[in-house]
Amino acid sequence: MKSYIVQLAAARLLPVTLILSLLVFYRGHNEPGGGFIGGLMAAAGFIFYAMAFDTQEAEKKLRVSPLMLIVAGLSFAFISTLPSLFAGNPFFTGEWISLIIPLLGKLKLGTPLLFDFGVYLTVWGVIVTIIFNVMEE
Amino acid sequence: METLLAIVIGLLYAAGVYLLLRRSIVKLILGIMFFSHATNLLIFVAGGLHKGQPQFATDGINAVSANPTDPLPQALILTAIVIGFGITAFFLALMYRFYQATGTEDLDELKEGENK
Amino acid sequence: MTGILIYLIILLITAFLSPILISKGGKTAPWLLGMVSAAGFAWLLGFTGYISEGNSLNYTIEWLPELYLNFSLYLDGLSLFFALLVTGMGALVLVFSGNYMKPYAMKHRFFFLILLFEFAMLGMVLSGNLFTMFIFWELTSVSSFLLVGFNHEKPEARNAALQALLITVAGGLAMMAGFIMLGQMAGTLEINQLLKSGDIIRNHPHYLPALLLVLAGAFTKSAQFPFHFWLPGAMQAPSPVSAYLHSATMVKAGIYLLMRLSPVMGGTPEWKYILTITGAITMILGGYFAYSQTDFKKVLAYTTISALGTLVLMLGIDTDISIKAAIIFLLVHALYKGALFMIAGLIDKSVGSRDLRKIGGLNKVMPVASLAAIISLLSMAGLPPMIGFIGKELIYEAKFALPDIGNLLLVAGVMTNIIMVAISLALIFNLFLGPLKYPGERPTRPAFALRVGPSLLAGISLIFGLFPATVADFLLSPAIKSIRPSIDSFKLSLWHGFNEVLLVSFITVAAGVVLFLLYRKINPMLTHLNTEVITFRFADAFNKGLNVFLYLTKRKTSFIQSGYQRFYLMAIFIMTSVLAWYQLIYTWPEIESISFSRPGMFEMIILLLIVSSTIIAVLIRSRLAAILSLGAVGYGIGLLFIVYGAIDVAITLMLAETLVLVLFMVVIYHLPKFTNFSSKASRLRDAAVALLVGGFMTGLVLKAGQLNLNPKISDFYVENAIPLAHGSNIVNVILVDFRALDTLGEITVLVIAAIGVVALLKLKTKKGSAT
Repeated sequence: MKSYIVQLAAARLLPVTLILSLLVFYRGHNEPGGGFIGGLMAAAGFIFYAMAFDTQEAEKKLRVSPLMLIVAGLSFAFISTLPSLFAGNPFFTGEWISLIIPLLGKLKLGTPLLFDFGVYLTVWGVIVTIIFNVMEE
Repeated sequence: METLLAIVIGLLYAAGVYLLLRRSIVKLILGIMFFSHATNLLIFVAGGLHKGQPQFATDGINAVSANPTDPLPQALILTAIVIGFGITAFFLALMYRFYQATGTEDLDELKEGENK
Repeated sequence: MTGILIYLIILLITAFLSPILISKGGKTAPWLLGMVSAAGFAWLLGFTGYISEGNSLNYTIEWLPELYLNFSLYLDGLSLFFALLVTGMGALVLVFSGNYMKPYAMKHRFFFLILLFEFAMLGMVLSGNLFTMFIFWELTSVSSFLLVGFNHEKPEARNAALQALLITVAGGLAMMAGFIMLGQMAGTLEINQLLKSGDIIRNHPHYLPALLLVLAGAFTKSAQFPFHFWLPGAMQAPSPVSAYLHSATMVKAGIYLLMRLSPVMGGTPEWKYILTITGAITMILGGYFAYSQTDFKKVLAYTTISALGTLVLMLGIDTDISIKAAIIFLLVHALYKGALFMIAGLIDKSVGSRDLRKIGGLNKVMPVASLAAIISLLSMAGLPPMIGFIGKELIYEAKFALPDIGNLLLVAGVMTNIIMVAISLALIFNLFLGPLKYPGERPTRPAFALRVGPSLLAGISLIFGLFPATVADFLLSPAIKSIRPSIDSFKLSLWHGFNEVLLVSFITVAAGVVLFLLYRKINPMLTHLNTEVITFRFADAFNKGLNVFLYLTKRKTSFIQSGYQRFYLMAIFIMTSVLAWYQLIYTWPEIESISFSRPGMFEMIILLLIVSSTIIAVLIRSRLAAILSLGAVGYGIGLLFIVYGAIDVAITLMLAETLVLVLFMVVIYHLPKFTNFSSKASRLRDAAVALLVGGFMTGLVLKAGQLNLNPKISDFYVENAIPLAHGSNIVNVILVDFRALDTLGEITVLVIAAIGVVALLKLKTKKGSAT
């Protein structure tokens, strides 16, 4: 599958997929989407890239090892549970703050968002790890 | 529709069972995938079928569609799908190693190998 | 009382630190360990004043109070008496072992195990809850197993260890069932409360089974007939272990249990008959075998069995005087038997043999040890002025006071004691006095550490015999009072005056002397009889039974475990669906009232797609087509999800399905082509099983449609999605907020799957890289 057109398409599509996956992840709290779907999309982008070039190229493009994505993801998910403990609420209670950012309006940030980001990274990392390994074999 | 879906789910399970009982290890994996599809559908149907718009909470009081789809089974299935992917991948890797190590895809050879 | 808990913990920590201490600490290490034990002894001694005033202490940490399970400690006269025995003997044995175990390479392990045992045994006797007691009880069995099998290079040692473990643990299991029954009857397992519920338990319809189960535990642990044979086998252990576990403390655990539960379960005819008969048989049998042995340690082992039988017998007679006799005889026996086992080890170490026919006149080489041995043996024979004399007199008195079967028991007791006298005299005159005999080199004088334990114990035997009243006051009467609160005064004296008991004692001694004089003639005859004529061995019978059991288990396993994965699956499928079908048919009429929605055109097309793809995937020979069809099934289901408003699920499913397809595409050419292994008949059979399962699942869905799952859960999520979780995508809110802990578990599973894949593909096993 080392076709130039496919390679070109994969290279152009990768950033688009990534931005899209982040968007899907962020709006997931209110509309269809979320960490699982976003993670799957991001992974799909890289897998397409890996199929067009090869896995080494794709891993280079990823910059960090997929394993790091998993570690970061799980860490985010765990860290997101801590603020509730400090706030004296039961474990895993969602804690929210509202930021008013000029021009953008009100931005709501909460630990569930952080948790979902952890899910996003974990799913992304896991799928990339699995498929890259299988492809290399 | 529920009756038809029930029959389809039964068929998916039957296909899964039939494939699981094959000696070929590739078919074993297909069987497991049929099982997970069938189970996802089963949970979904058990939650009640409601055609139409997805359910979203609107601001304030719950005043969404009159006949909403139950969100709880959906959440269950969603994670089940992703985990199902992980399991499938794991099985695939396992099968690949099995084939590499034994040179066969016949599960019965496992038993014979053990007796050697 | 928390102090006692802390001491138990200190003991456990000491056990775990002991290997380091022993391998680094050199000569002083065993003394230090002995000091820990002695400190516990001294500290417990401080309680005697408080306890002898009739008080008791209780300490409870609640665990599962609904099931009566608590961690409790309870200290009264009886447990204090045993606790002193455990810690005191422990200190002496540790010091003794320090020298005795010197040549062993694994001695650090030995000290760990023996301290672990001390912890378990002390915990056992101090337990205030029967379940706490059970846990410590089993821990003593385990440490005994490891200590008996300490010389694990020897097959006999391993065999004996296994035998001891199987018997005591089987008994322990029965005992636990008995404890549970007691808990159900009395509504508590706390000992201080159980002691008050004796009447409820004795009049309960389940009293007899509970009694039998508890007795099974006590009898196996205390080596009662017919479970006695593990104890001589356990003599494979190093001598300090025999002295500590298998004469002074652990085998007394069963006796302790009987004493503890005597106010709760005792006093009934069942209790009396079972205990007296078992005890009497064990007592005589032990005496006979002891008389016919030639190995010093075996002699001691069988006299221990005999003594344990005597104790059970005394508890079975169950009168004021017999309880007194039991407590004092227990002390007597622990003192002389502990000393004698240590001396047996000492002889074994310095002479290199324990064969009574080859050794003699040891007082020429080891005067101190011989003196200690002679005093202990006199105590064992029940001769004045040792404390053993008082014990024996009380036992006779107890038997005299019994109206109906007393005479029979008296005869049995006198016979046993005659044998004891004969054995003691034989050992004194052949082994320690008389002409010096040894098989190898001239024995050397044993080290101080070896002599101190036996000498101290023998000294106590003598002192207690001369001044019995002091012991009785502070130690024995509190113990007796916790078994029998009605006993007020308790006086012990060496001299009882001229009475019928003294007369029987005279007869015993006289007959014993005669039997001793015949010892050299009778002993070889009996040895011959035991080895050549009576070939039946309890231990062999047990081993044979064990082998038969193992054989049957193997047969059963190879029948059930065919080794073919599809037969396992088939068994599961058929069993499940047959049972489920039964339930489905049984409740079928209720399914009538379901309202079904009409399918539309679009849904019909999707269903058709799913059905046809399924059939293709199952039947087609091409791998690629099968996998693509499976993908089509997945997409079809995804479309269904969209139709029914589950948009998130649909997106996830389709993405995942695509990725699975990619995964298969990557590996497909590495995979084997489909081959048909099965015959047509077996395919038809599998199809039948498949339809059975599929049909049942259809029925299940139909039934599920009519079930009204609790809507409150979903309603809660729907109503609170925005107020509590600030999100309107309810599915996502459930995933990341309401049920976030589940999701955390799920992504962890995913990570594990990924690690599994990496491990399978990247790490080459030896076999994998070879092929």
